[in-house]
Amino acid sequence: MDRPLRLIAANPLDALARIIEGLLVVATAPLSREELCEATNESEERIETALGLLGERHREGRSGIVLERVAGGWAFRASRDAAEACARLFERPVQRGLSQAALETVAIVAYLGPVSRPEIARIRGVAADSAVAGLLERGLIAEAGREAGAGGAVRYRTTPLFERVFALESLAALPRLDDLGDDADAIRERLARVAEQRTA
Amino acid sequence: MVVRELELDLDAFEGPFDLLLTLVLREELDLAEIDVAAIVISFVELLAERETLDLEACGEFLVLVSALLELKARSLFPDEAAELADLGPEEAAEELARRLAEYRRMKEAAAWLAERLADSRQRFFRLGPAPLAPRPEPRKLAPQDPTQLAAALRALAAEPPQVSLSHMALRFPPVALFVERFRALLQRRRLFDFDHEVAGMSRIEIAVAFLALLELRKQDEIAIQQAAPFAPIRIARANVERSHSWTVRSA
Repeated sequence: MDRPLRLIAANPLDALARIIEGLLVVATAPLSREELCEATNESEERIETALGLLGERHREGRSGIVLERVAGGWAFRASRDAAEACARLFERPVQRGLSQAALETVAIVAYLGPVSRPEIARIRGVAADSAVAGLLERGLIAEAGREAGAGGAVRYRTTPLFERVFALESLAALPRLDDLGDDADAIRERLARVAEQRTA
Repeated sequence: MVVRELELDLDAFEGPFDLLLTLVLREELDLAEIDVAAIVISFVELLAERETLDLEACGEFLVLVSALLELKARSLFPDEAAELADLGPEEAAEELARRLAEYRRMKEAAAWLAERLADSRQRFFRLGPAPLAPRPEPRKLAPQDPTQLAAALRALAAEPPQVSLSHMALRFPPVALFVERFRALLQRRRLFDFDHEVAGMSRIEIAVAFLALLELRKQDEIAIQQAAPFAPIRIARANVERSHSWTVRSA
């Protein structure tokens, strides 16, 4: 009599993991820990443990479906083994043909957002209208209010889809700007060098 | 080599260089949309294809493209030109360096994202339109007294009063009956008193009798007189002479 009872008690997390599995299959966007808690009526701790179980089950090399932590939640994607076959059957309209202008614009929005079109143009030195429109259409950026004052320009921020497409857990996963590129001093030195050559 | 015929394939424009210049000068094309660096690259590529260096063409191009660049810079930052002009040469250089550094960092960030995008070429996942239904805002209600709800329900649960059907049984005597009766009366008498004639009748009958009066009046058969509101109504045979002026209808 106590054997089946013990079986159920031994792995109650397994049942929870299966439920989360089901939820993630239905979802078309990553589900946050809070959403999973609410849907399953379980504590965050148990959800975390069940997700750990699920991640072990669905990982590269073991399953065609891989659990990934992305855009502030968890989602399933196809494993890398399946990528080639997927590419034959499915389009990726969001990623396809993102131009250099679009990448620079989305980088500015990701780092400085919410940011307006004039600000983007100021940094890039080119009008940002078409790049912003393209990113809006792809759903990588979205409107986020207006600048203060009457008739303030619309400001933009990146969307969870941006995080998902670029496989970022959150915007905090972007590298620090200080780690990128030359700093102002280096550029100033270079400018000064050019100026000296001209006067020489 | 003719610089004007340089074929361009830019995001915002496709065609020969001289057409681009024409459109820009006519202000039909916003220079802000034009990537000048891409024009330079096109020209350099063209140069590379040729074996001999056409210095004349290079010079012409340099003049044209630098004019274009200046035009663009002025149109892009009209306010900032003034802003920078206010600064001393040192500060202006500082500001310029700061901006260049900012753009450079963003370029690096874009490169990092591009790398990541290339890396994610093998990541396929499901995308949908609205992923989750928007959550309805939880409604906030002030604390309520349950007895109020009970009272409201009780009022609703009470049986409605029976609808009266008594009017269905009412009989309306025909107007024609009274018309005939009043005609007959007026053959015998020149004048009669309405209230007297309908005394003892029901309200309905009195109403129908009054309709008969109006009918007779309409046909100019009678004259109606009433000295004051609520005074007795006097009915007389129509006076032919007077009836004409009456038909001009006050009625």
